[in-house]
Amino acid sequence: MAKTRKPTLAVWKFASCDGCQLSLLDCEDELLEVAAAVDIVNFVEASRAVAKGPYDISLVEGSITTPHDAERIHRVRRSSKLLVTIGACATAGGIQALRNFGNVKEYTSIVYASPQYIETLSKSTPISDHVFVDFELRGCPINKYQLLEVLGALVHGRRPVTPSYGVCVECKRRGHVCVAVAGGTPCLGPVTNAGCGALCPGFTRGCYGCFGPKPMPNTSALANYWSAGGMKRLDVVRAFRGFNASAEAFRRESELHDT
Amino acid sequence: MTTQGAAQQPDARPPAFLEPEHFDDVIQILRRRGYRTIGPTRRDGAIVYDEIESAQDLPVGWTDEQSPGRYRVRPRGDHALFAYASAAHAWKRFLHPPNLQLWRAQRTNGHVELVADSAPPPRYAFVGVRACDLEAIRRLDQVMMDGPYVDHVYRALRRDAFLVAVNCCDPSGTCFCVSMGTGPRVTGLADLVLTEMVGAGRHFLTLAAGTASGQEVLDELGRRAATDEECRLADASVEAAAQNMGRSLAVDGLREALANSPEHPRWEHVSKRCLTCGSCTLSCPTCFCSTVEDVTALRGDATERRRLWDTCFSVEFSYLHGGSVRLSPRSRYRQWLTHKFSTWHDQFGVGGCVGCGRCITWCPVGIDVTEEASVIRQAVPLPGSTGPMTE
Repeated sequence: MAKTRKPTLAVWKFASCDGCQLSLLDCEDELLEVAAAVDIVNFVEASRAVAKGPYDISLVEGSITTPHDAERIHRVRRSSKLLVTIGACATAGGIQALRNFGNVKEYTSIVYASPQYIETLSKSTPISDHVFVDFELRGCPINKYQLLEVLGALVHGRRPVTPSYGVCVECKRRGHVCVAVAGGTPCLGPVTNAGCGALCPGFTRGCYGCFGPKPMPNTSALANYWSAGGMKRLDVVRAFRGFNASAEAFRRESELHDT
Repeated sequence: MTTQGAAQQPDARPPAFLEPEHFDDVIQILRRRGYRTIGPTRRDGAIVYDEIESAQDLPVGWTDEQSPGRYRVRPRGDHALFAYASAAHAWKRFLHPPNLQLWRAQRTNGHVELVADSAPPPRYAFVGVRACDLEAIRRLDQVMMDGPYVDHVYRALRRDAFLVAVNCCDPSGTCFCVSMGTGPRVTGLADLVLTEMVGAGRHFLTLAAGTASGQEVLDELGRRAATDEECRLADASVEAAAQNMGRSLAVDGLREALANSPEHPRWEHVSKRCLTCGSCTLSCPTCFCSTVEDVTALRGDATERRRLWDTCFSVEFSYLHGGSVRLSPRSRYRQWLTHKFSTWHDQFGVGGCVGCGRCITWCPVGIDVTEEASVIRQAVPLPGSTGPMTE
């Protein structure tokens, strides 16, 4: 990246709730530092002033759910040197990927008064299904410190440091009491990637799997243990069908129990 | 207390007698002497080790129930102070902090400067160190400061720590210290060793000094000596505990069996159940592995290096050039169990397990190391099982 000028940053929205791009505005104390490190030239949630591309860094939020967006993402890719997807929607299809397990036509006929005007795809898919992605930042929403880490790494030309282990590691480092063992609470922590700082277990709640599957997760061992403990099949299915329902490991496990 | 060799043994005096309602005096004496008192306390449905300001912070009248993958606290219906087994945390979180800044640097006008952290390390008093955990601290000492490679952070914290050990009278369903020869009676060196006698209409503590600084605390406490009868009653409680182990493990030949069984089918069997979450290693009082991470400021004018607890169960743990050498869950579980019960001996002359049972209790799917190790030990060696470890 050229040292003479600040890298330019664009923020793009696809099918999403906006929570992840809000994490950038949420930086508050660090926002001035961000603005000092990069030129935010296209961020419609923050400013109407939009500069044309190409951009050095694009942050892409949301999943692909419409034919229009399936085209648009290619234009974003073409105008971006580095494309970073942010959040569960962009990296795994998001909560709206629940449609992947059903019939989207049935849904639109129930939800919309005039479903004939709805043009939508049968599946919600992650950005990486459509274009090459340089880096994926997980979470629902993303963790703002991870976002700052990735921006810092890209600006300084080094590899971002993000965890590749499970939530249990963060839980134990923080000294949380295991909610699964001490409370009998179903917890996706053992199969979910760290990154949130073990937020829910810190409030004695089980992990909802917001950061998606960790590398090589043994989802079957966890699901079988739950089942042996009396958990209903439907509850096992629902546990894996959250914000990362369509992430490969979670999707496969939920389908095994969805009979 | 000072490091082991340097500790002075006081004359053998009878232990002091203490009513449980006056145990707070011990905590206050330690706090007046400048110690941060860390002890068992009840939080989020478990007994954990955390800062305690008075005896009221102890889990008075509470005990635990532990079995594979399950932990519950319940009231005992009395006012016992130490009537439970190993807590959710191990003491290592204070001696070998889970997330520690090693150094930081700042860039000013093109010059990079290391910024020294001038805060002195806290002086800890650990109140309620069970026999298994005392032995675990001794084994961590071997790894972290008694060998050729000294961890200066550990040594600074450890050198100044005051240890109040407890003879364990209430083992849980996952305890096997008797098998490992580490408890329930305290045999290692502690500044004070206490025994709590609850039952038969009696409730009292006996406190014995193990070091000169322990004796100073006892002198300041100024209590009468326990009678022979009181000592006998307290002793009987510890004796009874030895008969109450929830688990057992035959260790004879285990070291060799593990070293010679890298291809045992049991590794595949356990890897089907193992979540590779690392809860066992992170709960273990002797597992010491860590990693380092660099954090740089967005502006590029400051950086810090942090040390974080790591686990051999993560894929990245064994990442070398080109990839992880222990990619399969099978190889990761095998690495851990074999290290604990076999190769730890090769490295440090003792095993890495003290029988506290935490890895069994805190495994989210209840994998029992005593069971896994027993199966390997009992097995008739398979053809070709003495070959080199392969993935």
